[in-house]
Amino acid sequence: MIINHPLLGPRDAAEFVYKGDVGLIDRPDGMSDDLDTFHDYAYLRDNPAGEHQELWYHEQGDRSWLVVTRSTLTHEITKVELARDVARARGRSS
Amino acid sequence: MSQINRLKGGLVNRGNAMSFTWNGKSMSGFEGDTLASALLANGERLVGRSFKYHRPRGIFSSGAEEPNALVQLRKGAAQEPNTRATVAELFDGLEATSQNHRGPLAWDLMSVTDLMAPFFGAGFYYKTFMWPAKLWEKLYEPAIRASAGLGRLSKKPDPDVYDHGFLHCDLLITGAGPAGLAAAMVAAKAGLRVIIADEDFLPGGRLNAETFEVDGQPGPSWAAAKAAELADMPNVRFMTRTTVYGAFDHGIYGLLERKTDHLAESGGKPRQILWRVYTKRSLLCAGSTERAIAFANNERPGVMLAGAVRDYVNRYGVTPGQKVAVFTNNDDGARTADDLKAQEVDVSAVIDTRKGQYVAEAKGRRGLKAIVLGDGSVVEADCLAVSGGWSPNVHLTCHQRGRPSWNDEIAGFVPGGELPPGMTVAGAANGAMTLGAALASGVAAAKAAVKDLTGKSPRASAPKAGDETYEVQPYWEVPNLKGRAWVDLQNDVTTKDIRLSQKEGFRSVELLKRYSTLGMATDQGKTSNVLGLAVLAEAAGKSIPETGTTIFRPPYTPVPMGAFAGRARGQDFRPVRKTPSHNWAAENGADFVEVGMWLRAQWFKRPGEKGWRDSVDREVEMTRKSVGICDVTTLGKIDIQGRDAAEFLNRIYSNPFLKVPVGKVRYGLMLREDGICYDDGTTARLSENHFVMTTTTANAVLVFRNMEFARQCLWPDLDVHLISTTDGWAQFAVAGPNSRALLSKVVDDLDLSNEGFPFMACSECTVFGGFPARLFRISFSGELAYEIAVPARYGDSMIRGLMKAGEEFDVTPYGTEALGVMRIEKGHAAGNELNGQTTAAMLGLGGMVSKKKDSIGSKLSEREGMNREDDMRLMGFHPVDKADKLDAGAHFLTQGDPEDMAHDQGWMTSVAYSPELGHSIGLGFIKRGKDRVGEVVRAFDPVRGKDTKVVITSAHHIDPEGDRQRG
Repeated sequence: MIINHPLLGPRDAAEFVYKGDVGLIDRPDGMSDDLDTFHDYAYLRDNPAGEHQELWYHEQGDRSWLVVTRSTLTHEITKVELARDVARARGRSS
Repeated sequence: MSQINRLKGGLVNRGNAMSFTWNGKSMSGFEGDTLASALLANGERLVGRSFKYHRPRGIFSSGAEEPNALVQLRKGAAQEPNTRATVAELFDGLEATSQNHRGPLAWDLMSVTDLMAPFFGAGFYYKTFMWPAKLWEKLYEPAIRASAGLGRLSKKPDPDVYDHGFLHCDLLITGAGPAGLAAAMVAAKAGLRVIIADEDFLPGGRLNAETFEVDGQPGPSWAAAKAAELADMPNVRFMTRTTVYGAFDHGIYGLLERKTDHLAESGGKPRQILWRVYTKRSLLCAGSTERAIAFANNERPGVMLAGAVRDYVNRYGVTPGQKVAVFTNNDDGARTADDLKAQEVDVSAVIDTRKGQYVAEAKGRRGLKAIVLGDGSVVEADCLAVSGGWSPNVHLTCHQRGRPSWNDEIAGFVPGGELPPGMTVAGAANGAMTLGAALASGVAAAKAAVKDLTGKSPRASAPKAGDETYEVQPYWEVPNLKGRAWVDLQNDVTTKDIRLSQKEGFRSVELLKRYSTLGMATDQGKTSNVLGLAVLAEAAGKSIPETGTTIFRPPYTPVPMGAFAGRARGQDFRPVRKTPSHNWAAENGADFVEVGMWLRAQWFKRPGEKGWRDSVDREVEMTRKSVGICDVTTLGKIDIQGRDAAEFLNRIYSNPFLKVPVGKVRYGLMLREDGICYDDGTTARLSENHFVMTTTTANAVLVFRNMEFARQCLWPDLDVHLISTTDGWAQFAVAGPNSRALLSKVVDDLDLSNEGFPFMACSECTVFGGFPARLFRISFSGELAYEIAVPARYGDSMIRGLMKAGEEFDVTPYGTEALGVMRIEKGHAAGNELNGQTTAAMLGLGGMVSKKKDSIGSKLSEREGMNREDDMRLMGFHPVDKADKLDAGAHFLTQGDPEDMAHDQGWMTSVAYSPELGHSIGLGFIKRGKDRVGEVVRAFDPVRGKDTKVVITSAHHIDPEGDRQRG
């Protein structure tokens, strides 16, 4: 597979490490959210047949975490974003 | 022996004769021959035995689709089994042997299995070898493997070198036949970067096998001219002897190039190269494969595909027989007869199913003698050319689950609607079965690719060639079958086997394949799939499209494991990381151990020491008595800077980090988000916004990855930056009562007194008169100890300088074993304890996990099940009998309890011989451990057959109060 890195252009997937669903960005707050919320965050994932937003890490490259939108059926990649931008758009800051 | 079947003409180089041996017999051929054409030239019809029934078999095809002629090439370590003789290029001195027979090939003792064929039908193994189960491994499997075998491996290391390579292009063309060559000319002239690959050593595809003309030239001459022209163009890479074996995601293709297989010696060059090719577009011009017709004994040596017969006659100047009959359902039959007659070979009959004629049976056990026709008449023939029509080579179009669709007109599957992205198909592979149509479709496809990539429409017209007739009548199996008719020659699957499987309920074509073995093994059914489907469809009363096909997966033809491995074998299997003191250690008796990719010294042997324990005990004793030095460079080092660096660390570590003073080091415990401990280490605050973290050697990469995740994805606006400096700094532990005195000689202008530089202090400094360094007062051994880091380029000088400075204290270098002994004596957790099941509470560090802040894993570590009072606790263990040796992995049992899992109390994680205590000691997890100090339990070890009484102690076997490290 080839991942079209937003900063570096097309790169072979072998340069990346896969983590999982983009929902791992939405970490609850350990001080205000309850155990159940954290449990769901840590353990529950959807496993869609089709479009999936997932986290990839450019470990053999610039160390960017990326959010890759990929079809799990065809491996077609329709979008690649910097995870930092996605995280901010999902309301994370500091 | 003379080449009795050699004709005149052909594309072989008669000026270069080559001698070779077949089963020890000397023969000769010419440059440009394959082993198959040379064997046929020498009159060898019997070349092997079939897989299951050990039936005599001959050469069936002239290309990669060959199911029968699997042979063994070369001798010794270079011996290569299961090679198709039809694609093995002849070279002078080649040694080839047949395989899968006992005794001489002509009198194979195992051919008795053929007489038992009635018992060996489809699913034979499944039905027969069911009971008793214990006989499977001892009797059935070895017996089956011995009789149903292919070739033999040499069982020696492969002497050849294999390489990997990467290529990029605009257009990859698979196949250099008429369609591929015509397409390549158009694309190359339009300026595209073109790679054209063909599995053959001679470009031209079927042009070399037929007698067609292109642009007024003989086909082979046209092909050679175009290939030469293309090879000269700077934007073209022309790859012969190269198979495109797989179409992978996003336009990536796998190619296997055979560099030296056609030479007697590789001369040190790579034998094969596995290429990964990144393409913008690809064009499949893989041609088509002929198939057979099912009649009785249709696999006798001498029965051969008609297209292969023309190939041998026209390209190699070899006739497969002296009296040839032709059996066909299409226009190729007449062409075969014409080509043979042109070479003055006797054609005894042409049997055309379209005229209602058919061959009922082949006669002649070890070689064809005659054929019996449908009307009962007998025709003499030592070769029968069979054509059941041609099947487009759609394999690569299916590598991403595309399904081919049935085309009635050509009676074959053509590429379906869903191709791998970027791929188009031209020529016979796309159902353009005549030469003119193939050339035209190649040109059209290339023009479309050029337009697609450049926006320009190139002007080009197809080379001129006639459209020979190709009219085919679907014809699969002759009527009134007497005896067995083969579908899959390689796996011995007959039409009867297919019908039986269908009757037994294996109606899905995928199930039929696995049950009957139709289309499995090295040829993957290239000549048999469509025929098998047709028989299945007929048996089921369905059409072929309704029956469907099995899926084609990579590789198209077998790829040697050596090619996949490339250079990554033996010492080069993975990179080796050497510590900065490696050379010094090697000079000083170090014995190295692999730790991940690192090579670390595990001990330093001195003269007179008999075993490793002598060295390790001495290193521990001398370190605890005076001073020792250990290279700890392999520990992960992460440089952390930014205004929010402290805040960031406070969220990464479970214990507080906000208030670490500048110039101090703190031990930190990292949890996974699920609350389990996964790493620990020390982090030093060099200045307000600058920290240096150490991780364990094993987790250096993972910790850094997770910290980058937290930085970019969880808290993107924290002002913090990370960089891995593991390789940047050489770091040495200097431990023991004399460590301060030693370092005072080395470190410039720094007060090392206990007051000036107390336990857990850190500082940037210089050594040896101005070289930059960092000093940390931390201790893994439990002694007064420091770690000193210098830029890695000074690492070698540093260890030599430290050892020199330590001479007066009788300093000893120590390796990972002594490091391990001292940490077990001291009771520090390491990899054995942090095994992915360990909570902070189990380590006795539950109090470290701050509840006043949110850090990774802190919330889920609060779960009830992870904080039970009766849970495991890390403790120390001494043998009651001090002479007993403890073993890691032993399980603890309360005395008097039965020996079962229900009464399991925990397990021993780490053991060592303690030179200081003079006996074996251990660390381990045991239930309610902290309340059981002094209790004697059993260390029960059924694996080693041991049962040892041990007493529970503190995990801190020595200096539990920590006076030494603070002194």
